[in-house]
Amino acid sequence: MRPTLYIAAFLSVMALAFWAYRENYATQQALRDRAGLEQQIAALNEALAIQRAEWAYLNRPDRLRELVTLNFDRLGLLPLEPHQLGSAGEVAFPAAAVLDVTRPVDVIGAQDPQP
Amino acid sequence: MIRTPLRPLVRILQARAKGENPDGIERENLRLRNEALRDRARTRAQMRLLMLAAAFFAAFSLIGARMGTLAASVPVEPRGSVAGVDVRASRADILDRNGRLLATNMLTHALYAHPRDMVDPEGTATALAALFPEMNADDLLRRFTDGRSFLWLRRVLSPEQMQVVHDIGDPGLLFGPREMRLYPNGRLAAHVMGGAAFADESVRSAQVIGTAGIELAMDTRLRDPGQAGQPLNLTLDLTVQATLEEILGTGLTMMNAKGAAGILMDVRTGEIIAMASLPDFDPNDRPNPVLPKDAEPGDSPLFNRAVQGLYELGSTFKIFAAAQSMDLGLLTPDTLVDADAPMQWGKHKIKEFEGHNYGPRLSVSDVITKSSNVGTAHIALMIGGVRQQAFLRALGLMSPSPVELAEAPKVKPLVPARWPDIVTITVGYGHGMSSSPLNLAAAYATIANGGLKVTPTLLRDAARAPQDRVMGEAAADASVAMLRRVVTEGTASLGEVPGYLVAGKTGTADKPRRGGGYYDDKVINTFAAVFPADDPAFVLIVTLDEPVETTGPKPRRTAGWTAVPVAAEIIRRTAPLLGLRPQVEPLAPDAVTAVRQ
Repeated sequence: MRPTLYIAAFLSVMALAFWAYRENYATQQALRDRAGLEQQIAALNEALAIQRAEWAYLNRPDRLRELVTLNFDRLGLLPLEPHQLGSAGEVAFPAAAVLDVTRPVDVIGAQDPQP
Repeated sequence: MIRTPLRPLVRILQARAKGENPDGIERENLRLRNEALRDRARTRAQMRLLMLAAAFFAAFSLIGARMGTLAASVPVEPRGSVAGVDVRASRADILDRNGRLLATNMLTHALYAHPRDMVDPEGTATALAALFPEMNADDLLRRFTDGRSFLWLRRVLSPEQMQVVHDIGDPGLLFGPREMRLYPNGRLAAHVMGGAAFADESVRSAQVIGTAGIELAMDTRLRDPGQAGQPLNLTLDLTVQATLEEILGTGLTMMNAKGAAGILMDVRTGEIIAMASLPDFDPNDRPNPVLPKDAEPGDSPLFNRAVQGLYELGSTFKIFAAAQSMDLGLLTPDTLVDADAPMQWGKHKIKEFEGHNYGPRLSVSDVITKSSNVGTAHIALMIGGVRQQAFLRALGLMSPSPVELAEAPKVKPLVPARWPDIVTITVGYGHGMSSSPLNLAAAYATIANGGLKVTPTLLRDAARAPQDRVMGEAAADASVAMLRRVVTEGTASLGEVPGYLVAGKTGTADKPRRGGGYYDDKVINTFAAVFPADDPAFVLIVTLDEPVETTGPKPRRTAGWTAVPVAAEIIRRTAPLLGLRPQVEPLAPDAVTAVRQ
């Protein structure tokens, strides 16, 4: 009985030691991963900020205005005018279908002209 | 443990005496013992099973809880206690009301030198001088070789410049990371933004602080590390702001003016949708102009006319006298008042514009429509100086505007120290007291808001205090109706924008001379507009400095010819952007619509 107990205790100590050893290195690896991730996040944040700034710079109103002027013959963009606003009630109903009477068809017999 | 004997002597003897078989006693005792052993073993096994179950339950519930929290929690970036991420976006961004970027940060590098580590000071100095126009090779070489160990060379480098400096390859040239404040829209809303500069520079980082405008006024909020990730939302609308600046710039050129200011404000909340002052500057490269000694402060492009400019705003003040007299119940819009010009008061003579006489009597509404000085003077005298001051104070015209700009608290309206009757008269028509266009915008917004006090603000999510009542709703509505008549049949007829029911009041004031008195040919023209008149939503103030309209046979300097057309064009262009639909007068019924009705 007693030797079994000793062996079991020894084995459990060995197992715990192995577990602690592994846990230690896993923790260190997790810390390294975290630092790497943080650096990656910081770099991505920085890139994001720069891209946002670049987007705002490229879309600044005076540049857009110049581009609209340069491309007027293709785009024909003009400033928004009050008369362009309207309500749904101002839209006309589609025109009712009209019977096509441009090509009449004879329905009574006609005498053939003499050859 | 005391073991019970299987064959207790007493019972055996007794059994023998009775002639029974004593083995029965032994079997009986053996049975009892075995039963006791069995019971003990069962309890033990039950306990073990229970403990095992508890252990499994604990383990599985731990795993389950962990899975639950992992599934339910939002993934967040770990809070960095680890060094290595030393430069972070430290100053909050500034956005407009639709989330478009007005100010942000960009990572650049500063250039410094350790001259003692330099291999080739002469070559480095030459190369740097060739790269940067502001550097001088001889000067640099002298500073590299005079024995100092540290030297700043440039605050900010572009990535291309940094690469070229790298290519010089001298170990004495070093880079420090820098967060640079960037205004991607350039000159847009320059006076609101103000500008930013470096403070407390060190090799590893530098602090960015605001130097003017909202950057300085909200500096603590913008620098707060706890709120660095949350941008500051302004009430400005980028598109409307750009339109306002564009038209104001065109108006400035067409009217030959020296400067211009424009404010567009939401009537109900006091939110400033757009605010511009011309001439302006680029906040990315904030100038530091040196002005001649006799220059006005307004000659500097840094001067924000809308907030810092204190002007006698002229006839735009007349509506305050009319509104107050109606609010006090002294007059109604149709009451006739004395308007016989010129009017003699002590040694002062009150005249109308160009010596007109609109009298002998005018209704209050006509006093405003025709912009009669004499009529307003009589109304102001009826109100009296004490009540007049109280009303102007309640409208916020006598105190600095509470807007969130660094310049605002320092600009106290110029109010006469004593208030005799002649001051009551002149203040009635807007002379003798100066306030800023922003003060005027807030006062007009208060009238257009049905008499509830409006406080101007630039912050989208500012805590709004409940609005105090300054005047009765009826008097406020009647005042807006009078302002509408100014546009339909009065001095601001060029201000009519079809569909938008513009109401407003013009104001023309001679500029005061530095030594006292007034210039004959230098004026400040102001147009204060409210639109749409039937349900006021926005207030627009346009101020032009020294404008002159020269298309006619003689130069015209009244606001009706200069500020009003500019304001009308601003309303025509910005109102659709603000989501206001034009109110189209219904067409005369034709054959079809008449039948349908």
